[in-house]
Order: sequence, then C-alpha cells, then structure tokens
Amino acid sequence: MLKIEGLAVEREERLLFSGLSVSLSAGEGLHIVGENGAGKTTLLRVLCGLTLQASGSISWCGQDVSVFREEYCSDLLYLGHKNANKTELNCRENLRLALGVLSVSDEAISDALHDAGLGLISHLPTRFLSQGQQRRLSLARLLLTKSKLWILDEPYVALDYKAIDWLDSHLERHLKSGGMLILTSHQTLTLSSKIRVLNLGEQHA
Amino acid sequence: MHKMLWALFSRDMTLFMHRKQDVVTVLGFFLIAVALFPLGISSDPELLRTIAPGAIWIAALFSTVLALDRLFSEDLDDGTLEQQMLMPVPISLMLLVRLIAHWVITSLPIVLLAPIMGLQFGLAFNEIVILTLSLLVGTPILVLLGAIGAALTVGLKSSGGLVTLLLLPLYVPVLILGSSAVSSVMNGADVTAHFSLMGAALIISLVLSPFAVATALKITLD
Amino acid sequence: MSMTRRIPWMKYASASNFYPLADRLVPIFMGLALVLAVIGLYLGFVVAPIDYQQGNSYRIMFIHVPAAWMSMFIYLLLAMYAIISLVWRVKMADIMAYSLAPTGAMFTFIALLTGALWGRPTWGTYWIWDARLTSELLLLFLYLGYMGLYSAIPDRQRASRAAAFLAIVGAVNVPIIYFSVIWWNTLHQGSSFSFSEGASMTDAMLYALLLMALACWAYTIAVVLRRAQALILERKKVALWASQISKK
Repeated sequence: MLKIEGLAVEREERLLFSGLSVSLSAGEGLHIVGENGAGKTTLLRVLCGLTLQASGSISWCGQDVSVFREEYCSDLLYLGHKNANKTELNCRENLRLALGVLSVSDEAISDALHDAGLGLISHLPTRFLSQGQQRRLSLARLLLTKSKLWILDEPYVALDYKAIDWLDSHLERHLKSGGMLILTSHQTLTLSSKIRVLNLGEQHA
Repeated sequence: MHKMLWALFSRDMTLFMHRKQDVVTVLGFFLIAVALFPLGISSDPELLRTIAPGAIWIAALFSTVLALDRLFSEDLDDGTLEQQMLMPVPISLMLLVRLIAHWVITSLPIVLLAPIMGLQFGLAFNEIVILTLSLLVGTPILVLLGAIGAALTVGLKSSGGLVTLLLLPLYVPVLILGSSAVSSVMNGADVTAHFSLMGAALIISLVLSPFAVATALKITLD
Repeated sequence: MSMTRRIPWMKYASASNFYPLADRLVPIFMGLALVLAVIGLYLGFVVAPIDYQQGNSYRIMFIHVPAAWMSMFIYLLLAMYAIISLVWRVKMADIMAYSLAPTGAMFTFIALLTGALWGRPTWGTYWIWDARLTSELLLLFLYLGYMGLYSAIPDRQRASRAAAFLAIVGAVNVPIIYFSVIWWNTLHQGSSFSFSEGASMTDAMLYALLLMALACWAYTIAVVLRRAQALILERKKVALWASQISKK
C-alpha cells in the first residue's frame, strides 16, 4: 500500500539518510527510531509531503503521492509535534474544526472526548488545559477519523500511564482493522501487535 | 469538496469571533493613519480634497499589510497550518478560501468605513462612491498579492519590516490605479479605464495568486 | 535515462569544476574592466565634445546610462538563475543569483545617484517622479527585498528557494510597475522632460558609452565570480562542520 523507494533526504547541506526503501501493507506498523537529529521528524514530514526529498519516490496504492496528493491526503492522518489546537476554542470546537471536513455527529464528538478523558472539561478553552490534556485532545482525532494511514510524531510525549494505555488500545484497534501506522517514539512500544522497527542511524549512506 | 472549503471558511469566521481585537486594531490603525494626514499636512479644505484619494488609499494599503501579519503566523505556530496543507483539497483552493475569509474580516470593514473618511476630507457624493468602489475592487488585490509576501516571511523573527519591503513594490500599480481613479473623477474625467484595469488585475490575481501563495508556503514549511 | 551526452557547460554547474575556472577568469575580466573603463572614460570625458545645451554636465551619462542598463540586465539574469535554481535545483544557480544581487543593487544605486546629480543642472532639481526614476527606485527595493529575505531566513535551503521565488515574482512585476508608473505620470503631469540622449550623439559619445557598458559587464562578471567563490567556500565549511557534528 505505502511504498517508499530509494528515499534520500537532505537538510542544511547534510545528507540525513539515503537509499531508504520500505513498504507497508494493511495492518502493519512501523516504528522509526534513531538518535536525536537522525531525521525522524523530517522523514515523517517527507512521508506526508510537507518536506521535499532529495531523491526517491513515495507511492500510495501504486500512485505517486506527489501527483495524487488529494487522494493520498484523504487517506492520511498526520499528528506532528504541535497539537494543532486553537487555544481560544474549547475542546469540542477544536475537534469539530479539525474534523470539519468529515461529517461527524455531535454525539460522536462527545463520545470521543469522554473516551479521551476530556468529557468534563470539554467546554473549557484549550489554553486552560495541561500539556497532557492538549495532547489527548489532539489524539482524540484518531477516534473519529476514517483515514487508513496514521503518521504520528512522538504521540506518547506528555501522556501519563493511563493515557498511554488508552492510546495503545486505539493503535491496536486501528491495526487490527487493517489500518497502517508509522510513528516515532523514544520509548519502547508496549503494543501487543507486532511492529517493525526502522533504525535511521543504520541507514547512513 | 465544497463542504470542506465551507468548513474552512467558517473556521476562520469562528476564530474571528473569538478575537475581534485583531480586527479592531487594524481598523483603529486605518482610522488613525487617515486622521494623521490632515494633522501632518494642513487643514485647508482644498488641499485635503486633493490628497484625500492618496491618503485613504495609502492608509488602506498599510492596514492590509498590518493585517497580513496574522494571516499565517499563528496557524504556523500551533500546527494548524500543516494540517491545512494536508487537507484533501488542492492547496491553492484552500488558500483562496482562506484569503477570501481574510478579506471579509479585515478589508471589508475598511471599505465600509471609507465613505466616512471621504466625508472627513470633504469629498462629494459621486467621489465617495468611486472611492468606495475602488477600494472594493482594489483591496482584494492587495490581500491576494500580500499573501505571497506573508507566506514567504511567516515564522521569521523580523517579518514585519521585511514584509513591507517585499510588498510595497508589488503594491505600487494597485495604489496608482486605485487612487488615480478617485482623482480622475474629481477632475471630471472618465474612470472606466481605471476600473477595467483594476478588474482585470483582480481576476488575474484571483487566478494566479493562490498558486503563488501555495508555492511560497510549501517553501516555507519545507 | 542516463546523461551520456553531457552539455559541456553543465560541467561548470558543479562547484568543484567552477572554482578553478573562476580563479582563471576573475583576473582576466578585472583587467578587461579596468582597460575598457580607462579608454571609455577618456573618450567620454576628454574626446567627446561639449553638448551645446547641457554643457559638460551631460558627461555623467557615461556612468549613469551603463549603470541603469546593468541594474536591469542583472535583475533579469538574477531572475533567470532563480528559475534554474528553483525548478532544476542547481545549487550553483542559486549561488550565482545571490552573488549577482549586491552588484545589481550597487548599479541601481549608482544609476539613481548619478541620475539625481544629472537632474540638478538639467531639470533644476535632484529628483522628479519620472517613470524611469521611480521604476529604478522600486527596482532598488526589489533588490533589497531579495537580499533581505535571503538573509532573514536561517535555513539556507529554504532561504534560497524563498528568495528565488520572490525574484521571479519581482521580475513579473517589473514591467507592470514600469507601465503603471508611466500611466500615472501621464495622468498627473504632462511630463515635458525628455532625456534625448540619442538625439545628438557623436561617434566618440557612442563609443564611450559602449566601452563603459562593456567595462561594467566585465566588472560584474569578475566581481560576481569572486563572490560566488567565497560563497562556495563558506557553504563547504558549513557542510563540513555539520557532518562532523553528526558523526559525533
């Protein structure tokens, strides 16, 4: 489904990695590891089409993602370092705006907020939320999306143990239902599904 | 697809309802800038009438630049800009919608206030009509062109001064067309040429500018 | 698709081939610029006859006109390099574009300055809002904007692409600015000023102008090549430093 061939990425005149070839099919997960500065975030951004690669190609369902960008984006959900929440808006509004593109019912949003442990504070502007709560709000999108490919950059940051379990359960559910997952994380994953590990440090040219 | 674009438009409107002070700042800037011209030059009614088109247009131009500062910067900081770039619609279309919303929020009030400014400068009724119409056609061009500069400088520390330097050369033709339309009508000349040119410029920038802004944003986010 | 039939000049698109070539070319063009300028100035300031209307003051034209030409040629060249660097991602094109900018800005400034000095005895004022002077002033802003944007963006790759894009947008705008200013000028004042430089040109004047223009070209080539060399070294140093950091 997702096929990466001969990918090379440069930052600031420096080759981060080259000759990276990976493919990912339904129900598979990929855990990208590497030292600080190895280019994990950059790789994820390249996979989303936000950053341009120096060479190599990325295809989704056999189609080059730079050509069929809109089709790819409708199957893609990306969560970066930043939570992409508007601090003036409350949790409900934020989630609705983030998913304004999908027709999601109010009940579904309420359910998702409850599930994320934000049910009681869903009326508060998000600037009153803690880091962990903001992250959970951001991750609550995973409960409502129909995207097949999830690309998550350090999703566990700022989460407590309970929230980590909560996130794990949803990642499992996604993989079991044939979804695909690419994530970076510095901690070892506690998922029960088997997830391949890609070490960027070993990818040097 | 139009559903997504509508959602995007209403997003910008919702956000505007939560931070009206931004628009109030821009409008206040516009009013003060216009008021400074008589104070700085002279209160002679004849002279004021002569400088009115230029004064109001220049104030509108700088207000546009001021407002453009907010177009992308906060969305870049909190990560929503990335999410918008990943929406399953063409980026240029997404940007066009956002620019229209931006114009409605920040420029339309200026256009609506312009008649009052015209009265302050002693313009006649038909001159005020032309002034308002010239701003109605001209300010969208300013926003569309200005977004290119805003996209190129978003996230930079000293973006305010830089964006002014980048944009002023691009704004000169619009300023000339807009303010000379008003001066021409004051001299009893025909203004159809001005409005045909401005209309053409508006159509061209509506078509081309979203692509240019998309390219600039891709470079900035890279 | 292999590049078997390489175009010879593409060889110099790589920094390592460019550098020694520039080393050889810089002194040649610098010398050429000097010789041409000396002859051109001699022709212009000694041989060329006094103008019956303007007296000796017209002689500033031998600096003003080539500088004005250069300011526009260099911007066009810069925009062309910008397109090459943006579309085909040739790094040397970006280095060339960036190296051209300060020289272009300098010629624009010289053209404005000499234009003002020429205007004083001719029109009785240093500055008129004439279409050419106004466009030249805006051209200076375009140069400053290009350099300003380039140096304001910390990430070099991003800086080069953003500035290149700006240069292209500016190049599209230059004719629009020029014609809008002409239009504005005819609206406001029946511009009775005319430069009339082609009117009573003697051979000596023509040759002086030509030689000065060539001298400016030679100077530009020499200075831009030298600046490009310096940029190559600077970037190589940054790249080396970055790779050392990453190996640690």
